[in-house]
Amino acid sequence: MRKTGFLLASLAASLMASSALAQEVSVKIGVLNDRSGIYADLSGEGSVIAARMAAEDFGAEAKGIKVEIVSADHQNKPDVASTIARQWIDQDGVNVIVDVPTSSAALAVNEIVKEANVLFINSGAAASDLTGPACTPHTVHWTYDTWALAHGTGSAMVENGGDSWFFLTADYAFGHALERDTTAVVEASGGTVVGSVRHPFPGTDFSSFLLQAQASEAKVIGLANAGGDTINSIKQAAEFGITQAGQALAGLLIFITDVHALGLETAQGLVLTESFYWDLNDSTREWSARFEGIDGDKPTMVQAGVYAGVLHYLKAVEAAKSNEADTVIAKMKEIPTDDPLFGKGEIRADGRKVHDMYLFKVKAPADSKGPWDYYETLATIPADKAFRPLNEGNCPLVQ
Amino acid sequence: MFELLGIPPQALFGQLLLGLINGSFYAILSLGLAVIFGLLNIINFTHGAQYMFGAFVAWMLLTYGGLGYWWALILVPIIVGITGIIIERLLIARLYHLDHLYGLLLTFGLALIIQGLLRNQYGISGLPYAIPPQLAGGQNLGFMFLPNYRGWVVVASLIVCFGTWFVIEKTRLGAYLRAATENPTLVGAFGINVPRMITLTYGFGVALAAFAGVLAAPIYSVNPNMGADLIIVVFAVVVIGGMGSILGAIITGFGLGLVEGLTKVFYPEASSVVIFVIMAIVLLFKPAGLFGRTA
Repeated sequence: MRKTGFLLASLAASLMASSALAQEVSVKIGVLNDRSGIYADLSGEGSVIAARMAAEDFGAEAKGIKVEIVSADHQNKPDVASTIARQWIDQDGVNVIVDVPTSSAALAVNEIVKEANVLFINSGAAASDLTGPACTPHTVHWTYDTWALAHGTGSAMVENGGDSWFFLTADYAFGHALERDTTAVVEASGGTVVGSVRHPFPGTDFSSFLLQAQASEAKVIGLANAGGDTINSIKQAAEFGITQAGQALAGLLIFITDVHALGLETAQGLVLTESFYWDLNDSTREWSARFEGIDGDKPTMVQAGVYAGVLHYLKAVEAAKSNEADTVIAKMKEIPTDDPLFGKGEIRADGRKVHDMYLFKVKAPADSKGPWDYYETLATIPADKAFRPLNEGNCPLVQ
Repeated sequence: MFELLGIPPQALFGQLLLGLINGSFYAILSLGLAVIFGLLNIINFTHGAQYMFGAFVAWMLLTYGGLGYWWALILVPIIVGITGIIIERLLIARLYHLDHLYGLLLTFGLALIIQGLLRNQYGISGLPYAIPPQLAGGQNLGFMFLPNYRGWVVVASLIVCFGTWFVIEKTRLGAYLRAATENPTLVGAFGINVPRMITLTYGFGVALAAFAGVLAAPIYSVNPNMGADLIIVVFAVVVIGGMGSILGAIITGFGLGLVEGLTKVFYPEASSVVIFVIMAIVLLFKPAGLFGRTA
């Protein structure tokens, strides 16, 4: 403990010394995510591109901030994520770790940043525990979380008469958190949860679990999984005639890349909650077009979150004239957030970034005007309703 | 007994049928591996990638060539089989005199390269491939709704598995093949071109993988990792059945599909490990596998 403290202090001191010499602040941003597995399309290289765009758009160089961006593949494994995060902090002098999808990996990194001189702006992971019991003074949870998803999609399904639920849950931290938060919403709205099944992550064949869901006779099958798992679940639910027989699917976490892979024919009618869609307004369209020019695909909300998070981080670094974690996070929470993708918002004391969320419905093929024209907006969930109230999260920082 | 397990018998039948469907894929894939290992003594780690490549070629034929599912079912095994033959001639053939380990490393490397190239080009989320219209819809069996396409998968794989077993065990060609495995020099002395036979066998094993890939394309998402996810399980199937045993591969393929299906009902969390637990137990008591012969 003391040894790491000393190491970090000397590391910080050396960083400070070098920045003082160069009369500028240098920051090293580490994009840690899945670059080859089932979440690679929704985060992956696109998130690195987003971080780079943020540094360029901010004009970091002209403002005397030297930005270096590194990236690594955590393979959705908490142990790999921890090892990389430790190396980045102890040896490579990374100042901020961004993205980190896969809640189990994010929670592992979260433990490490707690005591270290490094910030963690999570965009990719969902578990609301990151700003709940596991919150740290160095963590910001940017894009979305399981509480917001449960309240967006979950309440909408219950309001439309889906009052009995069966969950298909990915068997790791994220799935468990999403099932827990959605169960709370369903029960609070007077619905019941008749059962759930936990499938291995990642999975391929979901037909067995889907038949169990069918046998439960629940009105809604809640898919508490993500990425390729959700794609296969929805595809196979259609194949086995489950949706045709009258049960509704609730994709609790669906990204635009999932809809793209499913095709509108299969995905049409799905109701989903996201915090970003490329076609929301002029500034999201402009940014997304630039992103598509580099990446080839439209951005997901995770990639948008990386952009906005890095942008806000750099603003705070500029204001604080420092890369010290504690100084910068204080500024990040002090300055209101404002970016072209999420609009105005703020970072709360528990690390939760709040902004509007949107309830979307996937268009029918006939209504889509072209590639990536997938969503119609059903409702805007205002920032103060979209996320868990500050006092309900059991975050030690706000008690 | 059913009441004791808390599952009505009808639901159980449904799950058994699903297990059989998954078992079909295990059977075709492990059959290809067993044929290749039996005759070439090569542990073909590229098998999963070749299965995935089969699904991709089916998608490419449809997208770029406008050729539908039935064409793909015939053309894809031929195309991918030919790439297999090229790989065997250019690379694998140079390793026969070396330890197994070299073949394993070579094929493993090839698998990573194929996966990486396709991932770079097409991303990871997968490409849509529709079920052919002739097999759309399904039958209500009373205890479950069976999609026609899944029924077709079981039938097609049974035919292919039986056909392969028949050719290898019951025909003259099969007899040559088996003889060449035992003693290639002697068989060569009878005027049979052993190297060519080995090349064609590898091509055939690869074609089997590609065939399974085409079968899988409409039901799983066509993505670069689809083979990597499956191949480890298939290797376990081959080990349980006995390396190189044709009949063993087929029977264990279907059998383990059933076991896995049941696990998904009674203890879903364990469904991804149950096959490996069985593998460990089998190796303890019958190191050569259930149907293998000890050398």
